[in-house]
Amino acid sequence: MARKVVITGLGATTPIGGDVPTMWKNALKGVSGAHTLEDEWVAKYDLPVHFAARCSTPALEVLSRVEAKRMDPSTQFGVIAAREAWADSGITEIDHDRLAVAFATGIGGVWTLLDAWDTLREKGPRRVLPMTVPMLMPNGVAAAVSLDLGARAGAHTPVSACASGTEAMHLGLDLIRSGKADVVVCGGAEAAIHPMPLAAFSSMQALSRRNDDPEHASRPYDRDRDGFVMGEGAGALVLEAEEHAIARGARIYAELAGTSVTADAYHITAPDPEGLGATRALKAAMFDGRIQAEDVVHVNAHATSTPVGDKPEYTALRAALGAQVDNVAVSATKSQMGHLLGASGAVEAVLTVLAVYERQAPLTINLENQDPEIPLDVVTSARALPAGDIVALSNSFGFGGHNAVVAIRNV
Amino acid sequence: MASNEEILAGLAEIVNEETGLATEAVEMDKSFTEDLDIDSISMMTIVVNAEEKFGVRIPDEEVKNLKTVGDAVNFISNAQA
Repeated sequence: MARKVVITGLGATTPIGGDVPTMWKNALKGVSGAHTLEDEWVAKYDLPVHFAARCSTPALEVLSRVEAKRMDPSTQFGVIAAREAWADSGITEIDHDRLAVAFATGIGGVWTLLDAWDTLREKGPRRVLPMTVPMLMPNGVAAAVSLDLGARAGAHTPVSACASGTEAMHLGLDLIRSGKADVVVCGGAEAAIHPMPLAAFSSMQALSRRNDDPEHASRPYDRDRDGFVMGEGAGALVLEAEEHAIARGARIYAELAGTSVTADAYHITAPDPEGLGATRALKAAMFDGRIQAEDVVHVNAHATSTPVGDKPEYTALRAALGAQVDNVAVSATKSQMGHLLGASGAVEAVLTVLAVYERQAPLTINLENQDPEIPLDVVTSARALPAGDIVALSNSFGFGGHNAVVAIRNV
Repeated sequence: MASNEEILAGLAEIVNEETGLATEAVEMDKSFTEDLDIDSISMMTIVVNAEEKFGVRIPDEEVKNLKTVGDAVNFISNAQA
């Protein structure tokens, strides 16, 4: 019998709240974190997209100036979320050799990389800061969290684009089940609201162009959806071997019952139109967690609001859950906070854990005319989840054909 | 041309910006590594910022000889002369 893994700490900094209580309150209320960007570079480069969903609490309001100087913005968000999750877990004493980190990012230190390139071109090599490499490396966030918490059982950085945060949970579960660690701080962080990624995602027609109405731009499952909204931030979860959590009398939110990762091997960016890779991921996570379709009552969908992405996920959900899909309350929380790329899976896992713990599903906003080809039961107003034993799933899919699913069960 | 007092004050600001140390803690006889706990990466950042601030060049091979704040102040002062 595999070790049971539970979740005992949650942390987040997002466009709809700089900590978990604020984010959760807003997620149940239904707010938009998307706003017009006031930065001079929007006009300077004539960017086709003028808005994004910035973190509601700037990192510099939480970290000291000196601390922040040595971290890329993505690492700043990750450390803020990890500290909140750690404090929330209530762990005071731990064998640090049995504490690991699995902290993901989709893009890594893109601000640091491009700032350094600007400096090199404008001022020459002498002015390129010596901290540039450790700040831009994708493992920078995992390393910073490991350093911050004294986690010595390994610091890992899964990178699978927008599935990264969910893949971190998959890795964390494995580390505990296989006995390599007793506690793993998992998460994802992203800070890519910079003109270059905005230009690049625009070039591939992935971003919404609803410049005159940013708050209503992210509209998963809506007939008039036209792309995702770039978000930023981080989410973090403390995974713990059940016996370890019980021994210290921890507050247990839920069980991380199962996880999975699959690859489409279909196209570098387009999802498999039949959702076959996603279907296999859903089935694998359910098998991993010994979950029957009837157990599943809630899904936090990947649902980014792109014309091509939302439908294959529906196809996959129907294939994996069968008729039970009609009884599942589906939340598309990117409608509220935009798409946090490599952090999205971690933040959505936090929301899914809270949904199971609090028996409430977060809202989907901006759904005015539901796409008739996606007949899901989408949560658009306050919705309680049923009593008794329940399971919720959170899906994440990334460029590269990455599919990752986590299954959360009540305790 | 800056006086040694002005160089010390400017250097203290740079050290404060990089490490958060109070400017008053940056005194002539203080060792960068032993007293101020400045690591090699912070030291290089301080050197580069000092070069820009004082309009001097501090060669990489010279940095290891700058053990105390006073060493740095004197080097900058001589380089400006």
